[in-house]
Amino acid sequence: MNIGKELNYQWQVNVLGRSALRLNRILMARKAGKGQLGKSRLLTPPLNTSIWTKELIGQHYLRGRYANSHGKVAWVTSGAPIEFLKALDFYLLYPENHGALCGAARAAEGLSIEAEKAGYSRDICSYARTDIGAMLSGKTPVGRLPKPDLLLACTNICQTVLHWYRVLAHHFQVPLILIDTPFIYTEMTDHAVAFVKAQLEEAIIVAEKVAGKPLDPRRFKEVTRLSMLASELWLELLRRNRHRPAPISVFDQFTQMAPIVEMRGEASTVDLYAAMLKEVDQRIEQGIGVVPEERLRLLWDNLPVWYRLRYLAEFLGAHGAVIVASTYTNAWAELGPQMDPEHPMESMARTYMYPILNRGTGEKLATMRQMIQDYHLDGAILHSDRSCKPYSVGQMDQRDRLMRQDDLPALLLEADHNDPRSYSEEQVANRLTAFMEMLEAA
Amino acid sequence: MAKIEALGVDVGSTTVKMVAVNDHGEMVWHMLEEADPRAADQVSRFLAEAARRFGSLNGVPLVATGYGRKLVQQAARQVTEISCHAMGIYAELGHGGTLVDIGGQDSKAIRISDSGKVIDFAMNDKCAAGTGRFLENTAGRLRVPLQEMGQDALSSADEVPISSTCTVFAESEVISLIAQGIPVPAILKGLHRSLVKRVAAMISSVGLTAPLMLSGGVVKNPAIRAMLAEETGSAVTLPDHPQLMGAYGAALYALRIAE
Repeated sequence: MNIGKELNYQWQVNVLGRSALRLNRILMARKAGKGQLGKSRLLTPPLNTSIWTKELIGQHYLRGRYANSHGKVAWVTSGAPIEFLKALDFYLLYPENHGALCGAARAAEGLSIEAEKAGYSRDICSYARTDIGAMLSGKTPVGRLPKPDLLLACTNICQTVLHWYRVLAHHFQVPLILIDTPFIYTEMTDHAVAFVKAQLEEAIIVAEKVAGKPLDPRRFKEVTRLSMLASELWLELLRRNRHRPAPISVFDQFTQMAPIVEMRGEASTVDLYAAMLKEVDQRIEQGIGVVPEERLRLLWDNLPVWYRLRYLAEFLGAHGAVIVASTYTNAWAELGPQMDPEHPMESMARTYMYPILNRGTGEKLATMRQMIQDYHLDGAILHSDRSCKPYSVGQMDQRDRLMRQDDLPALLLEADHNDPRSYSEEQVANRLTAFMEMLEAA
Repeated sequence: MAKIEALGVDVGSTTVKMVAVNDHGEMVWHMLEEADPRAADQVSRFLAEAARRFGSLNGVPLVATGYGRKLVQQAARQVTEISCHAMGIYAELGHGGTLVDIGGQDSKAIRISDSGKVIDFAMNDKCAAGTGRFLENTAGRLRVPLQEMGQDALSSADEVPISSTCTVFAESEVISLIAQGIPVPAILKGLHRSLVKRVAAMISSVGLTAPLMLSGGVVKNPAIRAMLAEETGSAVTLPDHPQLMGAYGAALYALRIAE
């Protein structure tokens, strides 16, 4: 270890950065105390714990900025089995989360263009383009991204990651671990679990080599336990929306979900969601909903439109419509019950084959149907995401079945999660207004 | 002189339409013009014309629809074309079913319940190839007046397939077909087919309940009507003023305010 670099890391991250983020949290909390948090007249103010989320995410990227001088870094896909890497003390960067952050900060288009200039087609996922653009240009709204020492891609979310991470491996000249999760059409077979488990065993050997130390089994179990606890709390949090009025809109979940994705396996994530759950319960007790008068309860399918979150929340809020459930935020909640800290290898294989995108489209339909019951839905918005083909495939049929068999009005909304060039606000607004009129007249 | 109770205006991309209704919700007057980029001024002119005919419009509510609806300051309310078309056609034809509206710049399919409510809808506003603009563009290239192209297409026994699904590329395809000496009516028939197939796909996404109801300026074209019946296997039915259904529906929404 270079002592000078390590001292600089401690100074920048744990002294300067941490103090600045804490100060920001205090100032924001003061604002919240005066009722000045959130600028929307249509929506109730955000949760006070959202200030804490912001601080945690700030710390995460701050640590990332100096991570190369402190320890080993791995870049991983959003649904990757990360518990062994966390136990080996890797700093984990999630390019998809960073992509979402760029989307929300309106930086994704510029970064995508950087990738397109290098020859990457506009038909490729906008997360991939944002990430490759950031890699090539070095530009990012978070200051600086650490270089990876290791890459981990898991095919449980899409096949694009296969090619995307090969590009990263070629660029950074670092080892790439690929975990291939067999697609579950109907049920998870034992031989599929054994296949994934065998890959994980090999992956650990590679990761130990890069980390320069062996995996501590107790630490591995502890990280798995923390992942499980956070996921379970997240699930409880989402379930609170069964109440009327719903206490936390899916648009808020989209921003509050960052830690369950990129900071799972950390104690601070568990503490955050425990506190958030407490605050949400207080809101329920006080009868505080997302909008002053909740009239319509909707489902959202697919990724968010990161660059128009607030616009869409307010647009719907003006009609008394709240998105109360989503297959997307649920994807990290339904992993918790699969995890078993006492058998981390076996449970990791099962958990990471289970994401909704790694199961048949009928499973997603079944999830949506369950949500109709659990959340008392009046309608569904299916975001047909230009960039995310695995999530969007089957939506025409799913919409059709929801309409005909479940009598649930459903709208297909064409957009893109990160590329505003594939989003037309006038047309989106027109469709949404017509859909609201239809629901209001029903 | 008839007394009017409510007004509706449909500020579309190609034309602007205004309809007045009496207390029974019957259409008693209408006005239609090519769309002016200064939509607000145009609507003011329409209203002045209505006032000239019917006297003061004080207390006569106006509802606006169409892409330019937000520009209509005088409107008591803005309602989307989806709701207005459904409202208008249901009042005129007296039954539910599937409605297809093919306008200058978009097309939409709307499924209407037996009680006149919108159950489902689909819109094509991303691609000009499913709209009137597709025919307008190519009619210009073939030098066929827009009003005659439907009849010309129907007069041809031959039909050439137009493989391009994009308005701009279809135009270059048409140029090469002309260069090959293909007769214009056969090309026209192929162009109509191309548009109708797109619209038929949209209809099947919301589901077809016969008879298929049609509205919008483009359905004045006889080839579109005939081919839609052919492609969907359903009889088609039209209101007396297919272009006015949006404005008529808006006027009926306004009548609810008046009441």
